Amino acid sequence: MTARWIRWLVGVLCVAVLVGAIYFPILRRHLERTAKLQQQSAEQARRELTQPITVKPGEPRVMAKLFWASGNGDGSLASAAVELPLSSDPALRAKQVLDTLLAGPVDTDLRTLPPDAVLLAFYLLPDGTGVADFSEALATETPSGIQSEQMAVDSITRTLEADVPKVERLKILIHGQEVETLAGHLDLTGTFLVDTKAALVAPPAAPPATPGSTPKPMAPALDKPVPAPAPPQKPGTGR
Amino acid sequence: MLLGVGIIRGMHERARVRNSLRIGALFFVIIAGAVALSYSAQSPAQTAPATAASQQAAPQAPPAATPPSSTAATSQTIPPAPPRAGLNIVVLDPAHGGTDPGARGTGGMRESEIVLDFSAQVKRALEAQGFQVLQTRQGDEDPSFDDRSALANAQTGAVFVSLHIASTGLPGTVRVYIYSDLAATADEGGLIPWGRAQAPFEGLSRKMGDLVQGLLAQRFKGSPIVAQTAAVRQLRTTAAPAIAVEVSSVVVEDRAALDQMAPGVADAIATGVAEFRPSYVVPAATGATP
Repeated sequence: MTARWIRWLVGVLCVAVLVGAIYFPILRRHLERTAKLQQQSAEQARRELTQPITVKPGEPRVMAKLFWASGNGDGSLASAAVELPLSSDPALRAKQVLDTLLAGPVDTDLRTLPPDAVLLAFYLLPDGTGVADFSEALATETPSGIQSEQMAVDSITRTLEADVPKVERLKILIHGQEVETLAGHLDLTGTFLVDTKAALVAPPAAPPATPGSTPKPMAPALDKPVPAPAPPQKPGTGR
Repeated sequence: MLLGVGIIRGMHERARVRNSLRIGALFFVIIAGAVALSYSAQSPAQTAPATAASQQAAPQAPPAATPPSSTAATSQTIPPAPPRAGLNIVVLDPAHGGTDPGARGTGGMRESEIVLDFSAQVKRALEAQGFQVLQTRQGDEDPSFDDRSALANAQTGAVFVSLHIASTGLPGTVRVYIYSDLAATADEGGLIPWGRAQAPFEGLSRKMGDLVQGLLAQRFKGSPIVAQTAAVRQLRTTAAPAIAVEVSSVVVEDRAALDQMAPGVADAIATGVAEFRPSYVVPAATGATP
């Protein structure tokens, strides 16, 4: 290779390096801007989904029936009557009662859902299917087991049946996605039938805790004495 | 630049053309490389939603007669169905395993390990009743739900028993679960959809579950007297009478308390399945049904 060719080659390489030096910072800025835009979009979607429900002053206070653990330790549920300001809109009403259910009863041993779980959104389809979108904590913190997972879902479906009659079936999503199981056992690929009869015959349970500022539970109207809580147990974790 | 122009003017015409072509080719390669780099750097963000969408759109319920492709390796190891009809095979399913420990309790107890030990005792009790026993896993591995179902679906005249340890519940009690409320559907060829394979067997599962649960209630006070219904994922794709047996629970302080329950659980399952045997009439349907 002659000296002339070497000079040409060096010149071309210098030009290439110059082009790269100019182009790659532009490319990097473009990528960072794109990534930031996507992150903002996801965050915006999350914020829109998790906006707190505002209770309108004119909404009537009604006695809602919420289902928590009975305290017998056998997976059964018991209802508690709680006075809540509930919307007439079925989807909003469902979110209000489920937020109260998630807040849990006074006796935390009677919880059926993880304390960190959040209802991100609730939709009601025209065919009567309610779609409840929960945060990932519902899947990761519900004790693994058929009985514990069934009790968690039963408490949701029976509460909806008692307070939002327009919900006929329930589909549970985790962070907007369909998942195969709740915590390793219970099938979440289908819908759960909301059982009217089961909701009517359940005995009452302990009064609920005050779940934040929005839903304001009052003194529970109990039909029977509050059952004694089960002896403290250490539920297993994980899947 | 002036130097370059001077050099080019001094060159022979043919060499000048050749060199120009080479320079052009070099620039083309550099530009093409830069464009390729740019495209590859942007493509992950652009293609991620498409990938997710394609995963969501993937079919989830293949026909029972054609299990998902992931079961291909398993189906190679599935023993051939025996020639005689009627209940002869019990497929035992120790739940979880591998990276999935299942319920975890005090002292590092793992459901996946306990159910494997339980399954050994249940297997012996079933073999004593004259059954051939197949297990969905022998060691610390985690077959998929479909792989486990495929083992039972490949047999003729089999029943499926899935073993679990609960996280909660009254310690010392045992519950039997069956799947229910699956609409029985079949396609034009008579095949049962893989995702609803349990539907034609719900009645038989109920009968077997009640038998086993009744025997468990005699041995473990506080247990229900009839089987419970629950949407247990493992049972849905199983084309055979299928039950899930869940022992309570990993909250016990000492694992010995659970180990003491194993012989009673094994005997109740084996006796219950043996009592169920005369009532198991193999359906004459095609596809996944035996």
